[in-house]
Amino acid sequence: MAKERTKKPDTVSLGRAIAEGDYKVKLSMILMGFGCMARKQIGKGLLILLFEISFIYFMLADGIYNLSMFPSLGWREQTKVLNDAGFYEYQAGDNSVIILLYGVATLFVIAAFIVLWVVQLKLAYKLQVREETSRHINSLKEDITSLFNQNLHMTLMTLPCLGILFFNIVPLVFMISMAFTNYSKEKDHLILFDWNGLTNFGRVLNIQGNIGKQFWSVLLWTIIWAVFATFLNYIMGMILALIINRKNTHFKGFWRFCFVLSIAVPQFVSLLIMHTMLTQQGAVNVILQNLGLIDTALPFWQNPIWARVTVIVINLWVGIPYTMLQVTGILQNIPSELYEAAKMDGAGAFTIFRKITLPYMLFVTAPYLITTFTGNINNFNVIYLLSGGGPTYVGDTAGQTDLLVTWLYKLTIEKQYYNIGAVIGIMTFIVLSIVALVTYRNSASYKNEEAFM
Amino acid sequence: MEERITFKKNKAPLGKRIGNAFVHVFLAALAALWLMPILWIILTSLRAEQGSYVSTFFPKGYTFSNYIRLFTDTSILNFPKMFTNTLIIAIFTCIISTFFVLSVSYCLSRMRFKLRKPYMNMCMILGLFPGFMSMVAVYYILKAIGLSEGSMIRVALILVYSACTGMGFQIAKGFFDTIPKSIDEAAIIDGATRWQVFTRITIPLSKPIIVYTVLTSFMAPWVDFIFAKVICRANADQYTVAIGLWSMLQKEYIHSWYTCFAAGAVVVSIPIAALFIYMQKYFVEGMAGAVKG
Repeated sequence: MAKERTKKPDTVSLGRAIAEGDYKVKLSMILMGFGCMARKQIGKGLLILLFEISFIYFMLADGIYNLSMFPSLGWREQTKVLNDAGFYEYQAGDNSVIILLYGVATLFVIAAFIVLWVVQLKLAYKLQVREETSRHINSLKEDITSLFNQNLHMTLMTLPCLGILFFNIVPLVFMISMAFTNYSKEKDHLILFDWNGLTNFGRVLNIQGNIGKQFWSVLLWTIIWAVFATFLNYIMGMILALIINRKNTHFKGFWRFCFVLSIAVPQFVSLLIMHTMLTQQGAVNVILQNLGLIDTALPFWQNPIWARVTVIVINLWVGIPYTMLQVTGILQNIPSELYEAAKMDGAGAFTIFRKITLPYMLFVTAPYLITTFTGNINNFNVIYLLSGGGPTYVGDTAGQTDLLVTWLYKLTIEKQYYNIGAVIGIMTFIVLSIVALVTYRNSASYKNEEAFM
Repeated sequence: MEERITFKKNKAPLGKRIGNAFVHVFLAALAALWLMPILWIILTSLRAEQGSYVSTFFPKGYTFSNYIRLFTDTSILNFPKMFTNTLIIAIFTCIISTFFVLSVSYCLSRMRFKLRKPYMNMCMILGLFPGFMSMVAVYYILKAIGLSEGSMIRVALILVYSACTGMGFQIAKGFFDTIPKSIDEAAIIDGATRWQVFTRITIPLSKPIIVYTVLTSFMAPWVDFIFAKVICRANADQYTVAIGLWSMLQKEYIHSWYTCFAAGAVVVSIPIAALFIYMQKYFVEGMAGAVKG
């Protein structure tokens, strides 16, 4: 029986289902689930029908209204009306954010319904083919048992997928759609706002404008930061791992423990400590002054150059132990046959490092490097908790150490320039995709997946 | 570059001893540099004199009163309450996300279905958006379903921390990939269902990755502070430990709360550091496995 069920049913296209389906299939186009009900799958059919009914109910009750408001995003302002008792009463106007959110949600519901419609139609046709070729049609009970066997993925992945849909995809689409509106505290468009096409993108990309100038300088710094943060950490972390793993180094466990301890402390705690230690009246400045090494406090967070160097150096403190830890695992993973063969051929230690260890590490850690690089472009914690993006010039929204992400945070959460924030988010995504695509396609592990296996 | 030269030198038999000694001194210096901020925070948490201004590295007097005040002074910043909030959130987040991560990783590693590749690609693309770009939108969604006020904020935070964990399958999937498929096949020939293979064979064989997943998801609410801040807004009684500690360093509190902040930081860090050091080997194993896959 198991064999019978693992046999793949014919893959059918929607076109064929519509063209060749009998009246039961054709009726399913309107009365969803009929094809199932008419072919012994009553439970499944009823379930599909239930979805159709609730969809129609939703559309009549809310959906059509939501969609009708979507193009205009509302226009009624809050008004004061004199009520019968002689008091002024506030009458709620339209709230564009809510309209936008409900509109996006409705579009998702419609899309889900269309998917369900197609799936059930194909299913109906598949059942027809099965009946014609007199093959077995699953009962409801068999369908349920299959959910714990060959269809286990449906059972296990439904909830995680719904989580991603509701807490990632829908919010993202909602946020992206904000990029095409004038939803912002500027000119007070917080309650009522309109679509304004690509205006925001124009403002962000225009290097002459105020926002545009800040965007390009933040973008440049983001890339400089990511390059330094990634490669310095990688190289130094690897050297540290090699030094600790050297045959002649004693107390390997102890050294590793010292460095691991610094990552074991929650990052936000250590970063906040670093921040307070390096302020004008912070421990470092005060102690250096008391020792007579400096006269005036060092401007760690006041001078743009100082601030930029400081965040990169502190990021080394944060990142090197991580790299060391991860690299150690891979170093121990290098097939010992490779070393033995090299030794047999008379290679020295340095040659072995250059010809085996390094290429192997670069090969294996290429995906890791890419994720670290993209992670650094998105490194919110280090910048926000250390420098807060500052120092900031008067009139700017972005500070001198702000990355695209921290600027995005400031624009949306602090300044409530939602539209510009959304554009910055999209720009960050574009930068990251370019980096990921270019590096991933050029990395050796992509071109030659099996080289070291 | 200096390090590499010593590394090379060391391999030469002549300068071996000097080189070796040098390497150890160098390591000791680095270790001191790395441990200094940690030592500093522990000393500050025990410091008798208040305020954020210090003139010496070592405190002038030692006291435990910072810890006592942290857990008894609940008038302005209610640390015990924050601690309970975070604990509750962490426990639920941990259960839900472990289930999500393990099921998704198992399916992607062992099952072959039509949406497998699209799912993995989708996760990669979604991962390229800045994590909290959608935060404002999530807040509105939570508000629309009535989870943005009062004690429902806890539910909201649990959802926020656990809902998208299905995207972080890489490490666990890499681990599952290393379990030989022939074990599964043998079980299926003996008549086991996929569900039985998952629960009775794969799970018992995957202790390292389960420990890893449980601990990382348990730790997430303790160390996150952006999401919590956006969702809690001004509801101070729902704050988690991270926001609480962060507020202690704001201008209005820093003078009277600085040493308490240090005490709080130590209190939070000890369990997390202990968990982290305990699972360090799983971390390395997980990474190695994931890279291999």
